[in-house]
Amino acid sequence: MRPVNVLTRNHVRVTGRAGAPVVVLAHGFGCDQNLWRLVVPALERDFTVVLFDHVGAGRSDLSAWSAERYSDLDGYADDVLAVCRTLDLGPVVFVGHSVSAMMGVLAAARDPGAFAGLVLLAPSPCFVDDPSTGYRGGFSVADIDELLESLEANYLGWSGAMAPAIMGNPERPELGEELTAAFCRTDPAIARVFARVTFLSDNRADLANVSVPTVVAQCSRDAIAPPEVGAFVHAQIPGSRLVTLDATGHCPQLSAPDETVATIAAFAGSVG
Amino acid sequence: MIPARETDDGRNPGAGATAGEDREMRAALAEDSAESLYENAPCGYLSTLPDGRIAKINATLLQWLGLRRDDVVGRRYFSDLLTVGGRLYHETHFAPLLRMQGEISGIALELRAADGTRLPVLVTSVVRYDSGGQPLLIRTTVFDARERRAYETELLRARREAEDERRRLQRLTRTLQATLLPPDLPEVPGLDVAAHYHIASPDEVGGDFYDLFPLGAGTWGLFLGDVCGKGAAAAVMTSVARYTVRAAAVYASGPSAVLADLNTVLVDRYRMHDPRFCTVVFGMLTPDASPGSFRVTLASGGHPPALLLRADGSADYVHIPGGQLIGLLPRAHIASAVVRLDPGDTLVLYTDGLTEARTAPGADERFGEQALLDFARRLGPVTAAEAVAAVRDLLDTLGTGVEDDTAVLAVHAPRRSVGS
Repeated sequence: MRPVNVLTRNHVRVTGRAGAPVVVLAHGFGCDQNLWRLVVPALERDFTVVLFDHVGAGRSDLSAWSAERYSDLDGYADDVLAVCRTLDLGPVVFVGHSVSAMMGVLAAARDPGAFAGLVLLAPSPCFVDDPSTGYRGGFSVADIDELLESLEANYLGWSGAMAPAIMGNPERPELGEELTAAFCRTDPAIARVFARVTFLSDNRADLANVSVPTVVAQCSRDAIAPPEVGAFVHAQIPGSRLVTLDATGHCPQLSAPDETVATIAAFAGSVG
Repeated sequence: MIPARETDDGRNPGAGATAGEDREMRAALAEDSAESLYENAPCGYLSTLPDGRIAKINATLLQWLGLRRDDVVGRRYFSDLLTVGGRLYHETHFAPLLRMQGEISGIALELRAADGTRLPVLVTSVVRYDSGGQPLLIRTTVFDARERRAYETELLRARREAEDERRRLQRLTRTLQATLLPPDLPEVPGLDVAAHYHIASPDEVGGDFYDLFPLGAGTWGLFLGDVCGKGAAAAVMTSVARYTVRAAAVYASGPSAVLADLNTVLVDRYRMHDPRFCTVVFGMLTPDASPGSFRVTLASGGHPPALLLRADGSADYVHIPGGQLIGLLPRAHIASAVVRLDPGDTLVLYTDGLTEARTAPGADERFGEQALLDFARRLGPVTAAEAVAAVRDLLDTLGTGVEDDTAVLAVHAPRRSVGS
């Protein structure tokens, strides 16, 4: 068994100013670290910027993926901590978009010393409504099944023959080049499991365990994480701050990069 | 056939449209203004602001949705027109990709009409930018995909079925493979034995085999072989070879006679219709007069040479030249040799899946016998289990370069502890 190289496994890239406060950008379900491309140039000027792909996404080592390890967010939180430990850059500001916000919550609860603070971008601790507590995540389990159908319907173009060429050959990045043309394309089997983990996890109880400075940044009109969910996250995390961005949609780093940069930079500058 | 017609101006009708046809076309096109084409095109048109708010929509799409223009323009977002699952897909995949690439095409989504019915569609969007490079507008075309979706659903079903079948085949292959190998090697008094079977492809039964079994009076038989080819036909020959060798070992006069018997059986069975052959090495182990030592008589039919790793750390091949492939010629020549296994020595039998492995996936270079010998010499004195573990590590390192199944069987005469 070869030792795990975390930096290759998660396709970790470090850019920006050396010695400056460290900002780790974690992408959500559906894409990879490319999602941050509009905010990276501005953040690089004042921060050390760490980008990575979750195992199973982008240019990560697909052979490191297993349905057991990544069947809940703990596996992903382990990876976040492993990346931080391997880089050994001191406490970081972790920016988690969407489902990655909850990975940050789990990781910070486990090892608060690794984090200077958390930026939870468009977070949702639980997408499915819970009538027993009156919690409204915005979706039903049937809705999530419908998403899985949408995923399935759009994976006809995925070539099963391409996966083995990339899997198990992380040392041959040229094999991955073919994939850059097909942006954010994921093995359907992996995407299916990640979709279930993303939309069926319930991390509401974990929010109270966050003890590091936290800002909750929600969008004005987000079909995935509505305002009351952002307010819930803010209320559950002791001492957190709530920021409502003018940005619309679920991906403010794409729809309003300047505003997103300003929010991250102001927070990272104050805690980093 | 269209009958030839006299034209107004006497032109040859074959040279172009007639004036009558011109008039017909002009009249038809007058009805087909750009505006009318937009509104009543056989597909849906939609223009949205960068945030998804609908700025313009054509009559075709409104009719599909069962909505009035006033209810939509300026009020609804594109994702509002989708099913909830489709909206999730839109927010997590469609919108981010569109934003990053400036276009996205052929995405399968479902529209939800006012009456609750669902309409499968294929959606293509392009971002239009202002002079400063900022997104100004998103233009979207929507195609009715009911027929197409039914066809794709059928494809998906067929793919799932094929995947299920493949899993079934792999289960069957594993089971069949297991029946061709001894479940566990027996305990041999005074000897340490170990084996490993490396499966190169989960889809096909390989043709390697081995066994180790008692022949009475302290004598043990062992063999290891490799049938050419893979799959069901190779599995049948493997099975025939295995039980023929086991049976022949009981009554034949020695290792060479065992392989000669196997050759006769295989030639007889296969020569007419399916010329097939195998390579086999067969050995007979008998305790030597010297305590703890064994005498090994090896017979080979075209098999790669066994490795002998000595107690002093040296290693060499046991070359048995002249042995011919088994099952090809009516009277194959079988060669044999005798080696002594002293305490601390290890004899390793293997198939050529190891030596024929590519040094890197796709490389022309093969691992080869010299590299294996160097590997054995670096290993130093080892037990049977250590030798097999080392070969397994080597196979792991060679990875997908190992294209064929590989069997390895090791026997080791343990060093004698003081007082025993």
